[in-house]
Amino acid sequence: MDFELMVNSFPKLLNATLITLKLLSVSLIIGLFIGLFFAILRLNKNVFINRFAYGYSYIFRGTPLLVQIFIIYFGLGQIEYLRSTIFWVILKEPYWCAIIAFALNTGAYTSEILRSAFQTIKPGLIEAGKSLGISNKIIFYKIQIPIAIRQSLPAYGNEIILMMKGTSLASTVTLMDLTGVAKYIISTTFKPIEVFIVAGGIYLFMTFVIHNFVKFLEKKYSFNS
Amino acid sequence: MNIFKKSIFTFLFSLLIIGNVNADKIKIGTEGAYPPWNSKNEAGKLIGFEVELAWSLCRYMGKQCTIVEQDWDGMIPALIMRKFDAIMAGMSITAERQKAISFSQGYADEVASLAVMKGSSLEGLNTPAGINLTKPNSDAKKALKTLTGALAGKTVCVQTATIHQNFLDSGDVGNVKVRTYKTQDEVNLDLASGRCDAALAAAVAFSDYAEKSGKPVVLTGPTFSGGAFGNGVGVGIRKGDTELLNSFNKAIDKARKNGDISRIATKWFGFDASM
Repeated sequence: MDFELMVNSFPKLLNATLITLKLLSVSLIIGLFIGLFFAILRLNKNVFINRFAYGYSYIFRGTPLLVQIFIIYFGLGQIEYLRSTIFWVILKEPYWCAIIAFALNTGAYTSEILRSAFQTIKPGLIEAGKSLGISNKIIFYKIQIPIAIRQSLPAYGNEIILMMKGTSLASTVTLMDLTGVAKYIISTTFKPIEVFIVAGGIYLFMTFVIHNFVKFLEKKYSFNS
Repeated sequence: MNIFKKSIFTFLFSLLIIGNVNADKIKIGTEGAYPPWNSKNEAGKLIGFEVELAWSLCRYMGKQCTIVEQDWDGMIPALIMRKFDAIMAGMSITAERQKAISFSQGYADEVASLAVMKGSSLEGLNTPAGINLTKPNSDAKKALKTLTGALAGKTVCVQTATIHQNFLDSGDVGNVKVRTYKTQDEVNLDLASGRCDAALAAAVAFSDYAEKSGKPVVLTGPTFSGGAFGNGVGVGIRKGDTELLNSFNKAIDKARKNGDISRIATKWFGFDASM
């Protein structure tokens, strides 16, 4: 064990963690909106809209994240026509390709989490709102959405942790995130165990923080308090 | 002794036997993704200059060999962790790598070059045909200066953990944006897509790609050798494995003398890259 290497690589890895956190937070925010949008589509009675939303979540939950990144980064890069369009400004950058892949992936899972949360809301709550003469729109925004978000917290906490670990795939499209920098250090020191232990420790710590933060939110917005 | 204990002992004992059987065989690790040095055919079989050379060297050593595949970025760690006994993967002999492993004498050498897409502003740089960086002369220094100016702010793509990455990181050509990829295939893809302004690798890696893909990839600037680019390609062997190192060195001597290395190199590279 080369402890000196572990100590020396720590600041570099910590620096790279900022990129990991940036990838995670940006894709989670975009993914949350995508997820909410598709969850609402899933509740729509129209068969076509419903099927469309189901198809989206089916495809992105049914294929590996790595494959999705490769298709978006290397696959779309192969299409010559695309390179002459405005989309290339975004797709040229590995950062945005990774964000698009992550956001679409977490959006698919989030839509499923939110959909099931919407469906568990007791009809009585909505009826109570209606009997008070509250409009459907306000019932949706002030009753259904807050309850659904609260209901989905435990599952969504897991999704955040899965996504955090998923960001390590950004290194496959040349981004220097935590895993990318770890691999870079290994490429010059040839000591994978030491470096990956430190990188793993940082991932574990992030999981610890996310886990406890979600737990705190769960308690704070608990129905029983 | 109960059955559980017995089965564990049997298992461990069988491991011991398997270990002994393997000790007679030399396991050689290669990447299988760096044509024409080493690659795979459609059937997934390993082919290329080094695969054929490995069989030839093993014949001279009078040993049985197996060739196994290993991703490039884990090549040296895998050797150290005894996943195989020797590396033949187009790996140049550099001072940095020699800190971790030993190398046999070089068996082949081949220059590196920048590549761009036809029509790029970096095409046709005004530099000498080739520069050696071990003791850079005035021409070489001038060429590095030209490159520093031309590459400023450009994205140059390389395979990770290569001499090409080391060269760009060394700052000899100033502050270029270096993007690293797991395989040379991916470097080629992104060069063709326009995400990379230029790419740096073995010159043959680009000509091989241009030929097979039909993409207008052209070489530009000088060819590089020496310095960060190392001193030829050799067999990587664990430090302390002197016996194996010596037998590889002897086998390379014999293969060179009999013209085997030249013959195999000419077959795969189209020119004699042996040394």
